[in-house]
Amino acid sequence: MKKGVFFYLQLAFTLLICAFLIVPVFMSITAGLTNNYFVGIKSGLTFRWVEQVWDMYSNTIWLTMKIALVTTLVNLCVGVPCAYYLARTRSKLSAFLDECLTLPIAIPGMAIALGLISVYGGITEFRMSWSFILVGHVIFTLPFMVKSVLAVLQSINFRVLEEGAASLGASFWQRFFHVIVPNCKTGIVSGILMTLTLSAGEFNLTWMLHTPLTKTLPVGLADSYASMRLEVSSAYTLIFLGMILPLLIAAQFLNRRPKRSA
Amino acid sequence: MKNASTSVAITLKQVQKTFSDGTLALKPLDLHIEQGEILVLLGPSGCGKTTTLRLIAGLEFCDQGGQILFGERDVTQIAIEQRRVGMVFQSYALFPNMDVSENIAYGLRVRGENKATQQKKVNEMLELFDLQPYAQRAIDQLSGGQRQRVALARAIITEPEVLLLDEPLSALDALLKKRLRTDINALLKRLGITAVYVTHDQEEAMAMGDRIAILDHGEIAQIGTAEEIYLSPNSEFVANFIGQMNHFDGLLQGQALSFGKQFLPLSPSLYQSCSGGKRLRCMARPEDVCLMAFDEATVKGAVSHSVFLGDRTRVLVEVEGLQEPVHVDCFERKRYTIGDRVGLMIPPSRLVLLPNSGME
Amino acid sequence: MIPALVVSLAFFLLPMAKLVWLSFAKQHGISYWYILTKPMYLSSLWSTFWLSTVVTLASLIIATIVGLFLTRHDFKGKSILVAMLSFPLVFPGVVIGFFVIMLAGRQGLLAELSLALTDERWTLAYSISGLFIGYLYFSIPRVVLTVMGAAEKLDDNLIEAGRSLGANRWQLLRDVTLPALTPGLISSGSICFATSMGAFGTAFTLATNLNVLPMTIYTEFTLNANFAMAAALSLILGFITWVCLTIARRQGGSSLGMGG
Repeated sequence: MKKGVFFYLQLAFTLLICAFLIVPVFMSITAGLTNNYFVGIKSGLTFRWVEQVWDMYSNTIWLTMKIALVTTLVNLCVGVPCAYYLARTRSKLSAFLDECLTLPIAIPGMAIALGLISVYGGITEFRMSWSFILVGHVIFTLPFMVKSVLAVLQSINFRVLEEGAASLGASFWQRFFHVIVPNCKTGIVSGILMTLTLSAGEFNLTWMLHTPLTKTLPVGLADSYASMRLEVSSAYTLIFLGMILPLLIAAQFLNRRPKRSA
Repeated sequence: MKNASTSVAITLKQVQKTFSDGTLALKPLDLHIEQGEILVLLGPSGCGKTTTLRLIAGLEFCDQGGQILFGERDVTQIAIEQRRVGMVFQSYALFPNMDVSENIAYGLRVRGENKATQQKKVNEMLELFDLQPYAQRAIDQLSGGQRQRVALARAIITEPEVLLLDEPLSALDALLKKRLRTDINALLKRLGITAVYVTHDQEEAMAMGDRIAILDHGEIAQIGTAEEIYLSPNSEFVANFIGQMNHFDGLLQGQALSFGKQFLPLSPSLYQSCSGGKRLRCMARPEDVCLMAFDEATVKGAVSHSVFLGDRTRVLVEVEGLQEPVHVDCFERKRYTIGDRVGLMIPPSRLVLLPNSGME
Repeated sequence: MIPALVVSLAFFLLPMAKLVWLSFAKQHGISYWYILTKPMYLSSLWSTFWLSTVVTLASLIIATIVGLFLTRHDFKGKSILVAMLSFPLVFPGVVIGFFVIMLAGRQGLLAELSLALTDERWTLAYSISGLFIGYLYFSIPRVVLTVMGAAEKLDDNLIEAGRSLGANRWQLLRDVTLPALTPGLISSGSICFATSMGAFGTAFTLATNLNVLPMTIYTEFTLNANFAMAAALSLILGFITWVCLTIARRQGGSSLGMGG
C-alpha cells in the first residue's frame, strides 16, 4: 500500500492526540524539578520542591501505600474464592452476588461514600481510623479483582483440571491451591496490579471519607493543588506518577502476551 | 443479463510478486485468459494461486515490470475500485448490517444508480438465484448455500469485466459443493463471463474450468484442459496432484520395460523415443490397469488390500521389483481377498511417460 | 462465598439502602420534588448531562479516527503510541484536573502560546471548556482501546468485498467499518458518559464555581449539610450511570478504568 495524504493526516492527528495526553505529564514533571516555573527551565533544576513535598506530605504517601497493600490483601482473600465460586455455580444467590459486586463499578464513589458515612459515621473510632477508607477502597476495587480472575477462570477449562486433580486424590483445599490458583495466576496478578493502581489513585470516595488525620496521597494532591505553588503541586504529582508508573508498565507487560483479560 | 458484452480477456505479462518481507510469492508469470473462459488456478496452499487472484483483482500490485491487461485496458496501476471486477470470497464477506437485497444492490448503490434500476436488477438477480423468498432476510439467517448465492449475485450484478472466485465452495458440505459447482459452471457459461476460479480441490477444478493452471511454488507447473492435465501430465508434481498415479521404474529392454523378472509392454511411439538399456519411469492411472489371470500375465503380484467403493473396487497389488503397491480400479463386481495371486495388464497406449523422464 | 457476601452486604448494600431511606425519610422525599422544581438542581443536572453528551461524542469521533489508524497501519514506534494512549486510563480525576491546569491554566501551555501570538492570556481551565478538556482526557483512552479491539476483529474480506464493488473510502467507512464498530462504540460511549456524569475529582480540582452534579452533591453535603438532598442527588446520579453501564454490558461491555 502506498502511503497517501490520508495516512499522514491521520498520523498527524494521532500524534496530536498522543501529545494532548502526554504533554501535561511531562510539563508537570519538569515543573516539579524546576527552580522557578515562571522563569522556566533556565532557572535551574532542583530537588527542593520534591523535598518540601516529602517533608509536608510523606505521611500521606505511607498511608496510601498501606491502604493499597491492605486492600490488595483483602481482595485476594475475598475476591479469589468469590470468583471461583461464581465460575463454579450458577444459582440465584450467585447471580445476586455477581450483581452486588458489579454495582459499585456503576455507582459513583460519592454515593458509596455518602452511604458509608450515613451508616457508620456515628461510630467515631471507626470513622476516625484509616480502616474507614480501607472499606471504601475494598468495595470499589473488589469487582475489578473478581472480574479479572473470573475472566481467566472462564477461559480455561478449570472443571476438567479440578476433576483430574480429584481423580488423583487431592482434597478440596489441595485442589484449590495446587490447581486453581496457579492456573489463574495471570488473572490474579493483573487483578493485584489493578487494585494497587486504583487504590493508590482513588479520590472520589476517599475525599468524602478522609479526616484531617487520614489523608491519602490523592487527597493531599487535591489539597496542594488548591493551596500550594505550582512547583510543589508538580513535584507532588511527580511522586504520585513515580508510584503508579511501575504498576502501569507491569500491567502493560502482562497484557502484551495474553490478550487483555480484565 | 448479457454479460458477454462487458466481459473481456485477461492478459498477464511478466507478472511477479515479492512480499514486503522479501519472499518471492510469484515468479514472473505470463498468462492469457480468453473472453468468456473459465480458468481454474489449482494448487496446494502457499503455491501462489490466491496471490495471482489478488493481483488480477487489484488487491495487490505486482512488482515493477509486470503488466496486467483487461482486454486492451492496462489495469496494472489501477486499484480494485476502478478495475470493474466482481469478486466472491471464501468467507463470502457479506455485509452483516445489510439484508440480502441490500447486499446485492450495494455495487449499484455506490455507483449512484437510481432506485428503480437498482430494484429492477436486484429482482432479476433474486430470480436468477432463486432467492426471492429471502430478499429481506438478515445474512445470519441464511444457510451456507444461500449465502454463497447472495455473494455470487452481489458480484455479478454490476456486470463486471472479470469475475474472480476465491475458493467459493470450500465452506460448504460435500453434497452441496457438488451440486453448486455444476450450477455455477452452467451459469457462468450462460452469461459468458470471463472468470478466474481458485481452488485446492482437484475434482472441483476439473468440473469448473475450461482450462486448469496448476501452480507450484509460485509458478505454473502446467496449464491446459482437464483432459490434457489428467492424461498427459508434464511433471511428477502434476501427475501426483491430480488423481492417483502408479509408478513403474525399470530398464528399457527391447519393446518393454523390465523390473525384476517382470515385463511391461510399451507402445512403439514410447520405446522408439528412447534408447535401449535406459532407466525409465512409466506411469499409469488406477482405472487403466486391469486385473487378469495370473498365468497369462507378464506382470504378476499378490493382492495386499481391497476396498469396495460402490462404483468400483480399489485393489492394491504388491508386485515384485516395484517399491510401492500398484493401485487398480476394478469395475466388475468381483471380490478379491488378501493373498490372491493376480496378473496385471496395462494397454500400452495408456502408459504415460514424462517428457524428460530419463532417470539418472 | 460467605466473606464476599458479608463485605458486599455490610459495606455496600446496607449503606445504599440507608441512602435510599434517608433521601425519602425527610418530609416524604421532598428532595426529589426540589430537584425537579428548583432551577439550581435542574440546571446542574442538565449541564452535567450536556457536557457528558458532548464529551462522549467528541471522544467517540477522535478515538475512531485514532483507533482505526493504529489498527490499519504498522510503523515504528506504534507500540509506544498505544502505550501513551492507554496510560491515562488509570490517572485519578484530581491529577487530570491538574493536567488541565498545566495545559490551559493561568500559567499553562495555552496561555503562554496565546501570549506569544496575540498578547493575551487564554485560560480555559476554570470554565466549562476546562472540564471538557479534562473529561476528554480520561475518555479518549477508553474508547481508543475499544475501537482498536473491535477493528482488529473486523474481517479484511469485508473491506475488500466493498472495494471490489467499487465503494470509495467514505462509502466503506459508512457502510462497512462503522456498522462493524457500532456495538463497541455504543458500549464504550456509554461508559464514557457514565464516567463523565460522575467525575468528581476533575471538577473538584478545576471548579471554582462550576455547577456540575458531583460538585452540587458535595456542596449540599458539606456546606449546606443537607444530607437528604445529597443522598437524593447521588442516587439519581447512580441510577443514570447504572443504566449506562447496563447498556454497555448488553453490548459486550469492556473493562473500566478509574472514575474521573
